[in-house]
Amino acid sequence: MSSGVAVDLENITIRFGDFTAVKDANVNINGGDFFSFLGPSGCGKTTILRAVSGFLEPSEGRVLIGGNDMAGIGPNKRPTALIFQNLALFPLMTVWENISFSMEVAGASAKERRRRADELLDMIALPGQGDKLPSELSGGQKQRVAIARALCANPDVLLLDEPLSALDLKLRQHMRTELREIQQRVGITFIYITHDQGEALTMSDNVAVMKSGVIDQIASGHEIYDHPATPFVASFVGENNVFRGRIKSIEGGEAIISTNRSGDLVARITPAEIGKLSVGDEAMMFVRPEAFEVAPEQGGTGKNLVSAKAVNEEFEGNSFSVFLEGDGGKLIKMSVPNLGQDRISTRGHDLTLRYEPSNAVVMRAGELASE
Amino acid sequence: MKRNLPFSEFFRNNGPVMGSILIGLVAFWLIFLILLPQLSMLDYSFRFNLPPADVGGPKDVYTLSNYEYLIYGSDESKQSFNTVDLKVFVRTILAAMVVTVFNIVLCYPLAYFLGQAKGAGVARLFVVLLIIPYWINEILRAFALRIIFGETGLLNEALMFLHLASEPIDFIRQDVALYAGLGYAYILLMLFPMYNVIESLDRNQIEAARDMGASWVHIHRRIVIPHAKPGIASGSTMVFMLSAGALAAPQILGGPSSLWFTQLVYQWFNDSLNWQQGAAYAIVLLVSTIAIVLTFMRVFKVNMGDIGK
Repeated sequence: MSSGVAVDLENITIRFGDFTAVKDANVNINGGDFFSFLGPSGCGKTTILRAVSGFLEPSEGRVLIGGNDMAGIGPNKRPTALIFQNLALFPLMTVWENISFSMEVAGASAKERRRRADELLDMIALPGQGDKLPSELSGGQKQRVAIARALCANPDVLLLDEPLSALDLKLRQHMRTELREIQQRVGITFIYITHDQGEALTMSDNVAVMKSGVIDQIASGHEIYDHPATPFVASFVGENNVFRGRIKSIEGGEAIISTNRSGDLVARITPAEIGKLSVGDEAMMFVRPEAFEVAPEQGGTGKNLVSAKAVNEEFEGNSFSVFLEGDGGKLIKMSVPNLGQDRISTRGHDLTLRYEPSNAVVMRAGELASE
Repeated sequence: MKRNLPFSEFFRNNGPVMGSILIGLVAFWLIFLILLPQLSMLDYSFRFNLPPADVGGPKDVYTLSNYEYLIYGSDESKQSFNTVDLKVFVRTILAAMVVTVFNIVLCYPLAYFLGQAKGAGVARLFVVLLIIPYWINEILRAFALRIIFGETGLLNEALMFLHLASEPIDFIRQDVALYAGLGYAYILLMLFPMYNVIESLDRNQIEAARDMGASWVHIHRRIVIPHAKPGIASGSTMVFMLSAGALAAPQILGGPSSLWFTQLVYQWFNDSLNWQQGAAYAIVLLVSTIAIVLTFMRVFKVNMGDIGK
């Protein structure tokens, strides 16, 4: 199988009339990476994908695939294959004809095409299903046929436009694992578009988080979760409690933020803003629900303690979500792992919550992801 | 797929009174407006053209003579064929096929453009512009074409002005006007079914094919045309049937020497007052066109159910 080919986007800007869909995007995707663009709908991620596949030309900037400038090269001439959101299987062709369509276009003989299709059907674990019509397959099977069809032409880069969004939850989770496995087996570069952070985090080597045409952060899923670069990333990826306030003091990599409602709190400065944040700046501090715990000593005060009253509890299976109301009605969510022991409900109690300052992150105030 | 009692649900949805009225109207349409007239024509075609006094009398018996006349030109001898009428018949069928193919070729790109055009507003405006001429009576439209194609008509004037022709071309005698008129008369019946199916084609399929390197020809051959087949079939059926059965356009636009089979039917009914003979001619035309349509549907693997789409 072909080895991965790098994809580079250099200063890509894409405009539709007055509307700027993508603004000055710079992305370097390593060959053989599983790379995701993650963002809410309308953030421009599909537009980027269309620019890579060649269905539209960027207004400014360059798309490089394997170091070659793709300007003026149509989708049929690029070493990319695209899997559409609705898969776009050809309903009037059999499964094997679908899979080998790119070979039919290239003029391969029926025998050759059939052989290759059967080979790919084995790979996607659908042996002997070649003579069916796509309408006779289940959702997950169609999914795999679409993948096989895209892989048939041995593309250097596979582009996937939210292909799992139509599947139900269980199948979606299963397909995540399967997609990742296929990617590692064929070793080519995958570029994946999704609004589902779970998909992006589980499958990707690297993720670009986008918001209204701008890329906020490019990093590994782990990095993005633990060290979000912007308030948008912090609030869009995973759940987060946000505390607004002003920077009171800075010491090394940590800052004390005097919050509007919860007193002075300490947190580590996000790596992207070390040295850039100064005292008096408007800032936001984020603490994940799972970073909170009930303090061993109740009623104390400290720069990593928040007092709040538990108002509600939800059982989530692997954890409990505790909803608390802090000073001034500040809503806080805490997640407590379900360890199977009998647990005494905290509902109605006044609690002191504690967090490790290294598990909280502070950064300049900015736009949050809308709920 | 059908429930055991399709009518019980129909009555539940519409109520017994409204349900009965609806079914009654459909039955009236089918029986009185379609079935009985056709059956009476069929009956006529097997009878002699008798003076009114003999109708219902002992001489009024069934006969094949009307059909024999179409084939042999005489109801007694079978020595020679009725070449004049048979030629007209064959020419009518072939010409209707040509008109149908002409309409397919003309409408396909148009339907593709309208169905896949990105600006739906433009497409809708286009459709309205195409419909407006059809608010005008068919006969008037035929006469308008006659004026355009006439010896001193618009087309000849333009050709001579542009020095493309040194003297007027007789479009009427060359049957150009007839074909143009027939093609124009039913073109919307080809366009709209095609437009409907092409519009329902998922554009991602075209892009997917393009992404896999397919040329435009390949995309149309493998994706668009197979998808549009039911629309093409239903459009072709209508255009072919109506062209073969057209009367106004051949009457007005046909050259002096070219007869359309429907004109023969018309002559039997109107000029010769031989309804029995006319009915036989009409039945032959009807049965032949139906047989041709069914044959083509078989050849192109189109199901009857797809046509209604």
